[in-house]
Amino acid sequence: MSAEQMRLRITFSKTAAMRYTGHLDLHRAWERAFRRSRLPLAYSQGFHPQPRLNLAAALPLGFTSDCELLDAWLETVQPVEQVLQALTLALPPGMVVRSLEQVDLRLPALQTQTQSAEYEVTLLDPLPGLAQRLEALLAQSTLPRHRRDRDYDLRPLIEEIVLLAEDGPGPHLRMRLSVREGATGRPEEVVDVLGASPTSARVRRTRIVLR
Amino acid sequence: MTLPVLSPSEIELRLERILPGVQKPGRYTGGELNQVVKDWQAIETHLALIFPDLYDIGMSNLGLAILYESLNQRPDALAERAYLPWTDMEAAMRQAGIPLYSLETHHSLADFDILGFTLPYETLYTNALNTLDLAGIPLFAEQRSNAHPLVIAGGHTTFNPEPMHAFMDAFVIGEGEEVIHEIVDAYQAWKRSQAERPALLRRLAQIPGVYVPSLYQPHYLESGQIARIQPLADAAPLPVRKRIVAKLPPPPTHFIVPYIDTVHNRVPVEITRGCTRGCRFCHAGMISRPVRERSVEQIVHAIEDSLEHTGFEEVGLLSLSSSDYTHILELVQAVSARFAGKHLGISLPSLRIDTFSVDLMDALRGARHGGFTLAPEAATERMRQIINKPVSTQALLETAAEVYRRGYTTLKLYFMIGHPSETLEDVQAIVDLCKAVLAEGRKVIGRRARLNAGVSTFIPKPHTPFQWVPCDTVEQITAKQTLLKHSLRDRDIKLSWTTPAETMLEAWLSRGDRRLSQVIYRAWQKGARFDAWQELFRYSAWLEAFAEAGLEPDFYTHRPRPLDEIFPWEHISSGVRKKYLLEEYRRSLAGETRPDCRESCFACGILPAFADLRRENPGEAWKCPEVKSPAPRSNDFSRYTVTGETQLDAQGSSK
Repeated sequence: MSAEQMRLRITFSKTAAMRYTGHLDLHRAWERAFRRSRLPLAYSQGFHPQPRLNLAAALPLGFTSDCELLDAWLETVQPVEQVLQALTLALPPGMVVRSLEQVDLRLPALQTQTQSAEYEVTLLDPLPGLAQRLEALLAQSTLPRHRRDRDYDLRPLIEEIVLLAEDGPGPHLRMRLSVREGATGRPEEVVDVLGASPTSARVRRTRIVLR
Repeated sequence: MTLPVLSPSEIELRLERILPGVQKPGRYTGGELNQVVKDWQAIETHLALIFPDLYDIGMSNLGLAILYESLNQRPDALAERAYLPWTDMEAAMRQAGIPLYSLETHHSLADFDILGFTLPYETLYTNALNTLDLAGIPLFAEQRSNAHPLVIAGGHTTFNPEPMHAFMDAFVIGEGEEVIHEIVDAYQAWKRSQAERPALLRRLAQIPGVYVPSLYQPHYLESGQIARIQPLADAAPLPVRKRIVAKLPPPPTHFIVPYIDTVHNRVPVEITRGCTRGCRFCHAGMISRPVRERSVEQIVHAIEDSLEHTGFEEVGLLSLSSSDYTHILELVQAVSARFAGKHLGISLPSLRIDTFSVDLMDALRGARHGGFTLAPEAATERMRQIINKPVSTQALLETAAEVYRRGYTTLKLYFMIGHPSETLEDVQAIVDLCKAVLAEGRKVIGRRARLNAGVSTFIPKPHTPFQWVPCDTVEQITAKQTLLKHSLRDRDIKLSWTTPAETMLEAWLSRGDRRLSQVIYRAWQKGARFDAWQELFRYSAWLEAFAEAGLEPDFYTHRPRPLDEIFPWEHISSGVRKKYLLEEYRRSLAGETRPDCRESCFACGILPAFADLRRENPGEAWKCPEVKSPAPRSNDFSRYTVTGETQLDAQGSSK
């Protein structure tokens, strides 16, 4: 039966209109978009069938993104062009499909494939000495942090941080952080270490790197 | 406190700073699918529709959804939404100087022409005050001028509008679908006339179903009871009779799809309005007469249309008594045939206690299903006769067994305690009945059987046959609840109840007179808000407010009313005659039940009150008998205008 199904890999933007929609609600927004589109979204078997939708990596509340990844299964194979058109019409404000392709049904789950993600971070307020602060941060071999009742080391989760603009309306950084199961670096944690208020940082995810 | 009126872009700029730091910021942004955004400058009249509680609650309110869709179809008006922020957001907004704003265009509420509150339950009252305060609008109607929006309220509580009279310019009594447009028309005509605010209020008072409290004056006896209610202007009708729509209009289908989870995150479709059962405690059943039904075709079409526009995965088929819908079996069959295999959940609440209900639910049960709920309300024959809900214990046990047999592991039963005629034996019977029901479940599915017993406390609501009876005292309620808690100890039974304090507050506010407005105001000043939320409910603030206002809470709740008492809500008519309510009260004292009025008409008063509408809409649409008599020549059956100073008659309605 699964041989007849179609697996789609969708790259989409989550824009400002939906930045406060959490992971589970985003999942539901996708289910509803598929239902509006009348595409034959596949559901799991069993007593509580769930839509077969698979998001690569949860995007923290408040972030926007240009590069979210979703795998979706349809009951039957459809022309990709038609799928794209139907979805585009059905999406709510706040979600835009960037690209869509059919992928092999046998590919491993997206969550197991993610390796790292890139973020662009804009601070709403100036942060004096940012370049030095960043240099000092990167010079550390460990960065012990405490989050949600758990101690962890932030430093190994940081792959790269580049200062794009120190002045102007707001300082601007690009960072690449680990996104592996049990090892996810959070940009707002980096912002906190740098000495800025995490709530005054605007974060946009620009790339998810798969294995 | 007066806040400066900020422009939408200034509000957005400030929001940008505070939203990342509050809980669930998705409540405060708007921008969802199907919201309607119109060109503010190009539209003549701007309405804000307000549910004064969290977005999560208010988004599920069907009444506002109906008005939103209907108003936004007018080219000359726009309707936007506003909800009350949670305490963290309120603090952040006050600190940042952000006024309460609409979700669609982020305009301050003070920028709107009309603010329309829905007040479906009394524990929203302090929230309504807080809404106005957060918008920088004077709380008291008499302090508002032409510079302020017109502030109106509708919803079930407005059948006793008096406790909120000081804060609202006008109330809508009854159904809002038609009257809201008449209000907008009157507002526009007034605005063009460039007259002062009192002229607007007089215009509004001319609209059937609109109550303008400032045009009436109650006089009190020394005892605190009402002596009479005096209209102060020719424009003030007496009584103010509720509005109904003769025919249920096509249901709304373009529901806004929230980006975050809400309490009823689904398509609501009203299948019928009103109820013929005549349960004597039921406010909704008395005030929402007559029963009007939608056709199966219209309902199925509305579901299809709504799903296409929203993508919701659940539909709620709403009514006060689903089993009584004439075409319920046909509807259930049509819905299950039409939506089979679509992974659509369908809920059908308010089912009668019989095995037919289990068949109905079974036919609807798709892939997603919840529990099964029944409302026997009372557990002894005696109490059932008093409240006029004649359900037999045997029928309940048979139904319960059938529910468990069909694969439901949890049955939820609703009961009510606190009627003055109720004894501890009647309460013990609830315990015994719950145990017997669970035993039925265990017979069928063994240890997997669960029972949830929700036991609420009776409040004698205005416009019901029990409006003359007192509430149980806190001590009586506590004794009854203690009995339940001690005797219903079973790991498979989950008992829930309302605290006596919550019950008292709801009782005071629903039975109160105009003097309660001072209590509400003072309680709000002391920080009372979100009274419906247990974690924020502050009983002590209310008791202090009563003391400061020099009022005795027990006067409102623990005093049996003499049969000739003039109630604070006497000048508001639900269409049901006071004489009929009294007759029902007397029958309850005698333990006599009243059959379902679909069988035969018992002349509750609805038909004469709305004879014209029934005459124009014969046949199936109403469950009342047809009106054959010719229309009266005066042609004004639906209004009853009294000029000058008039003592209300004891019937409270036209004779």
